[in-house]
Amino acid sequence: MGYVTGLKCRECGRQYEIEPIYVCEFCFGPLEAVYDYQKIKKAISRKKIENRDENLWRYKELLPIDKEPQAGLYSGFTPLVKADNLGKELGLKELYIKDDTVAHPTFSFKDRVVAVALTKAKEFGFDTVACASTGNLAHSVSAQGAKAGFNRFIFIPATLEESKITSSLVFEPHLIAVDGNYDEVNRLCSEIANRYRWAFVNINIRPYYAEGSKTIGFEIAEQLGWKAPDNVVVPCASGSLLTKIWKAFKELKEVGLLRSAHTRVYAAQATGCNPIVTAIKNDTDVIRPIKPDTIAKSLAIGNPADGYYAYAAVKESGGYGEEVTDDEIVEGMKLLARTEGIFAETAGGVTVAVTRKLVQQGYISKNEVTVICVTGNGLKTREALDGKMASPIYIKPNIDAFEEVLKRI
Amino acid sequence: MAVKVRIPTPLQRLTEGKEEVEGKPGKLIDLIMELDKQYPGLAERVSENGKIRRFVNIYVNEEDVRFLNAEETEIKDGDEVSIVPAIAGGRGI
Repeated sequence: MGYVTGLKCRECGRQYEIEPIYVCEFCFGPLEAVYDYQKIKKAISRKKIENRDENLWRYKELLPIDKEPQAGLYSGFTPLVKADNLGKELGLKELYIKDDTVAHPTFSFKDRVVAVALTKAKEFGFDTVACASTGNLAHSVSAQGAKAGFNRFIFIPATLEESKITSSLVFEPHLIAVDGNYDEVNRLCSEIANRYRWAFVNINIRPYYAEGSKTIGFEIAEQLGWKAPDNVVVPCASGSLLTKIWKAFKELKEVGLLRSAHTRVYAAQATGCNPIVTAIKNDTDVIRPIKPDTIAKSLAIGNPADGYYAYAAVKESGGYGEEVTDDEIVEGMKLLARTEGIFAETAGGVTVAVTRKLVQQGYISKNEVTVICVTGNGLKTREALDGKMASPIYIKPNIDAFEEVLKRI
Repeated sequence: MAVKVRIPTPLQRLTEGKEEVEGKPGKLIDLIMELDKQYPGLAERVSENGKIRRFVNIYVNEEDVRFLNAEETEIKDGDEVSIVPAIAGGRGI
């Protein structure tokens, strides 16, 4: 198999072979996989996909691998939850949560991109995988890399929450905690990537890795009965996820699996790290880097690599962008939990709270089909809720004490 | 006194291996075009149709020209211009 014909610069269009490279030598633009859509169109059908196992590889023809999948064989195909309770709160008739809080094996959408990256790393013959991460990616590379038999080097900002560190360390990678923020960790990793022949999933494997995010879009469309939603609200860190979800709908149309790709794509960020939303609001494609300061650490990328492309996807699709404060993020997490029984990480609080704003402002209307992307599990960012919840009710172990409490509830 | 222009590693092939070259004061884009006469090929790597390429950052005295006057930014005698590919890290600088 193999439906990728090569890599192509997104800026100047220069073509490259399928190799672990990510930057155009000529103009420094990012490289992207090029597919033979005519060939894919002949090779797949809705029926063929529906008969496959429920994991992200059911869309393998639209993923940049040449042989059979070699990692993440149980990743993807997470539930699309019909969110009637939350919909009522927000004033939406048909609302869904794309629930990657239960992604396998490490409870965030990063399991998708890592599945593709590690499969590609095997194809290229690497024995060591590495990444720069704010947490979720670190967990996924640590875990999936263990199962796939790679040496693993994981670089994180040293200020990361304790629980996020444990969730990587348990898989026993080489965990390097760098005294700096994510942008600084990333810069260091670019340097290391130039010196060692390792598969840095979000650097030299990035053109392949990033394609894994499309599977969220593929699944949403299939789970809606092969229909694109009217609106999708996506959290933005680098901006790659949003770009790829938009691409997914367009590709499904291209290969004949969707009749229309009319979805409006909305960018969601925290006020403490809002470079993409700011560009959308100011209607300028120049992304001004900022120093992040937000509890939504998984979205805290101040200099987003795909910021321009996320901006362009939002504009092309007719969507918009909105931002929310840390308090609104916590409120969003609690609202999602008490209405839908889903405990999302801070980034999920961002998308829920942003959706509420978009409805209030009239960007999203009542009768449309709307999907909120919830990309990670709340147990990963428990600290965000410290002091923000009600306490348990403490009682003595007797029935009188309990009934005393009951009278007050 | 002239303008100091710092050249990133991937472009040093065009500047005979020099990390730093001298340019003339004036508009940034004119400075680049002028340098291209001495170092042919430099202009097309960092600009296209008179615009700075999206993944090339140019700093004048540490300030990103996108937040000054972009291609039209006036460069004075003694200014320092740095050309830095956006991917940066070890590769570029």
